[in-house]
Amino acid sequence: MSSETKQILTTDGIPLEVSLKKAERRNKIKAFLLVVPLLFFIIITYVFPIGDMLMRSVDDKMVTEMLPKTFKAMEKWDGKELPEEEVFAAFHSDFIKLVEEKREGKLSTQLNYTKNGFKSIIKKLRRKSKSFEEGNYKEQIMAVHKRWANVEYWQAIKRRAPAYTGQKYLKGIDMFKNENGEIVSVPEDRRIHRVLWLRTLEIAFFVTVFCFLMAYPIAHLLATLPMKYSNLLMICVLLPFWTSLLVRTASWMILLQQQGLVNDFFVGIGLVADDNRPEMMFNKTGSYVAMTQILLPFMVLPLYSVMKTISPSLMRAGKSLGGTPFVAFWKVYFPLTIPGIGAGCLLVFILAIGYYITPALVGGASGTLISNQIAFHMKSTLDWSFASAMGLMLLTGVLAIYWVYNKLVGIDNIKLG
Amino acid sequence: MNKEFVKFDKVDKSYDGKVLVVKDLQLDIEEGEFVTMLGPSGSGKTTCLMMLAGFETPTHGEIYLDGKAISSIPPHKRGIGMVFQNYALFPHMTVYENLAFPLRVRKIPKDEADKKIDKALSMVSLQGFAERMPGQLSGGQQQRVAVARSLVFDPQLVLMDEPLGALDKNLRESMQYEIKHIHESIGVTVVYVTHDQSEALTMSNRIAVFNDGKVQQLSSPDELYEKPVNSFVAEFIGENNTFAGEISDISGGKCKVKVANTEILANPISVKGKGEKTKISLRPERALINPSDKMDNIHSGKIKEIIYHGDHTRVRINVLGNDQFILKVPNSSANMDIKLGKDIKIGWNSDDARALDPK
Repeated sequence: MSSETKQILTTDGIPLEVSLKKAERRNKIKAFLLVVPLLFFIIITYVFPIGDMLMRSVDDKMVTEMLPKTFKAMEKWDGKELPEEEVFAAFHSDFIKLVEEKREGKLSTQLNYTKNGFKSIIKKLRRKSKSFEEGNYKEQIMAVHKRWANVEYWQAIKRRAPAYTGQKYLKGIDMFKNENGEIVSVPEDRRIHRVLWLRTLEIAFFVTVFCFLMAYPIAHLLATLPMKYSNLLMICVLLPFWTSLLVRTASWMILLQQQGLVNDFFVGIGLVADDNRPEMMFNKTGSYVAMTQILLPFMVLPLYSVMKTISPSLMRAGKSLGGTPFVAFWKVYFPLTIPGIGAGCLLVFILAIGYYITPALVGGASGTLISNQIAFHMKSTLDWSFASAMGLMLLTGVLAIYWVYNKLVGIDNIKLG
Repeated sequence: MNKEFVKFDKVDKSYDGKVLVVKDLQLDIEEGEFVTMLGPSGSGKTTCLMMLAGFETPTHGEIYLDGKAISSIPPHKRGIGMVFQNYALFPHMTVYENLAFPLRVRKIPKDEADKKIDKALSMVSLQGFAERMPGQLSGGQQQRVAVARSLVFDPQLVLMDEPLGALDKNLRESMQYEIKHIHESIGVTVVYVTHDQSEALTMSNRIAVFNDGKVQQLSSPDELYEKPVNSFVAEFIGENNTFAGEISDISGGKCKVKVANTEILANPISVKGKGEKTKISLRPERALINPSDKMDNIHSGKIKEIIYHGDHTRVRINVLGNDQFILKVPNSSANMDIKLGKDIKIGWNSDDARALDPK
C-alpha cells in the first residue's frame, strides 16, 4: 500500500498527524491536569507507604553500620571455628567507637534478637574493655565471658552482616535461620503465625461462602421485584452500610453475648438451658456472624448490578423451550450471574482477609486474624519491621489470589457495578 | 383439521383486580393456521399470548390446547415454541447450544438432535453459523436463530411476540416473507402478535384486531381491510376517510346519511334506523377524481394539499366540511391538472361507504 509512504497533508500543507497532535494536545494537558491532584495523592498516600513498608521489612542496616570493620574482617572467616585475632581486633575497634557514642546498648538489643544472651556479655565487655591492653584482643575478649569463646555467638554476629534480610518474613511463617544458616521451623509449641494465617484464610473463605449463599436470593429479589418494593429492600440492604462499623460490631456484642438477646431468646423458647448458654462471641462464631453481616452488601451490590441486566425473557425462554424452572435457572440464569458472583466473592474475600476491627472486638482469642497480629506488633511490641513484613505477605497473598482468580474466572468476567 | 386447536373460552385477565386487561375473550384458532393478534399497545394482545404460553394465568375462563385445558400446566410442559420480542437468545451459549437446549431437556439422543439442529438452521439459511455466539450475529441473524430455536423441537404451536420489532424496515419485510414461507412449508400453527398492521396483513391467514381487551374483529386480511365491522377497525387498519352524520333514511340495503346539509348514500353496516348517529368510512383508493356518471355519490371539493409519492399522488381535499379527506391519484398523464386550490369533482360507490358506529 502506498498510504504508508505517502504523507497525508491538511489543506494548509501541515502533515495530518502533526496537526492532529496539535489539536489534541490542549485537551490532553487539560485532562492530565485534572488527574494530577489524585495522582499526587495516590503517590503520597499509597505508593510511598507501601515502598517504605517494603524497605522497613527487609532493612537490617543498623548492625551493618555499627560493626563495619568487624564484618569486613569476617569476610575471610569460614564461620566454623572461632575467628582469628584480626576479627577480634576489628570488633574491639568498632565496639570502642560505639561505647564512645553510647550506642552499644542498641547493638546488644539487636544482637539479642538474633541470639539470646548477648545483653549481659556486651554489658560485661563494655566494663572490662576500659582496662584492655593493646594487642591480642582475642585472648582478652574471650577472657571476659565464656560465651565470647563460643563460636555460636560469633556466628550469630556474622548472620547480621548483610544490610538486607528476609528473617522477618521467615518469622512470619514461624521459621528462622539456624546457626548453620539452614531455614527451619520453630518448635511446635512456639508456632503462632501459621495457625493465624490458616485461620484467616478459613474465616475469609467461609465468610465469602456465607455471604454468597445469603446475598444471591436477596440480589435476585432486588432485581426482580417491582420498583417500589425493591427500593425499600435496597434501603434495607444499604442501611447497615451507612451505619458506623463500630456501632454495628457493638450491636452484635449486645446480641451475641452470653446474657445477650439471642441467648435470652434461645432460653425463652426452651432451646437451651439457662445455665448452659452457648458462647457465640469472643470465638470464631462471633467473627463469622459479624463479618458476614458487615460484608454482605459487598456481595449483594455486584450481584444485583449483574442480575439487573439479565432480561426476564431469558428465563421465560428457558421454560418455554421445555426446561423445568430449575434447569432454566441452572443452565440459563446462573451462568449469566457468574461475573457478579466473581466480583462479589473477590471483593468479600479480599476485605475479609484483611479484616481488623470486628475480629478484634468480637473474635476473642480464637477468632482473631492475621491483621490483629499485625496491629499488635505495630502498637505493642513496636517491631515495625515485622509488622511491615506481615503486611506485605498479606498484600502478596491478596495479589496471588487475584492472579489465580484471573486464571480461573478471567478478570474481564468480573463486574463490580 | 381441528377447528378448535387453540380455544380461549370466556377468558378474563386482570393484573390488579380493578381493571380488566382482557375481557371475556372468545377465540378459536384452527390447526395449521397463522393467526395474528393485532392491536395498539395496551390492548391486551401480549397478555393473551402470555396466558397461552403459560407465563400469566387467566383470572377467569379457560384456555384449551388441542382439547386439553392448559391453565394448570406449567409453561415447560406445554410444548409451545416461542419467539420473544428481543429474541431472548442465551448469550452465553453458541447458536448450536441454543438450539440444542430444548432437545437436551427432552433427552433426545445427540445424533438425532444434531440432525434436527441442522434442519432447523437450514430452514432459516444459517448453516455454518452453529459455533457463533449470539453477540457475533446481526439482528436479523439473531432473529432467525430465535425462530429456528422455537421450531427445532417440532412444537405444534409457535407463539411470536412482536419478533420483528427491532429490525429495520427492509429486513423486517424480508423476514416477514421468510416466516410466512416457513409456516407454509411445515404447517405449524402460529400465533403472532404485532402492532404493525402491514405485517399482519402480509403474513396472516386470519387477524384478530384487539382493542380495549376485546377482539374487535377476527377475519382474513382482505375482509378486515375491505369490510371492517366497526369504526375502530376501519381507522386502525389502513387509511380511512370518515364523515360523521345522521341517518335520514334507510331502505333496500342502502341508507342516506345527512352530512353538512348534503346527503350521502352509504352501505348500512352497524346502523339500524332513522335518526341514528353514524360514521361513514371510505378507503382513499375507492374515491375517484373525474368520476363516471354511474357512481351514486358525486361531490366536489377544493384541493388543499398535494403530496408527491412517485407512483401516486396524495391529494388532500376539503369535501363536505371534511378537510382531511385523502385521495390517492395514480400517476398518469390523464391526471396532470391537479393544482392547489382548484375545485375538482370526486365520486364513489355507495357500497364502499360503510356506515359504522359513531364511536
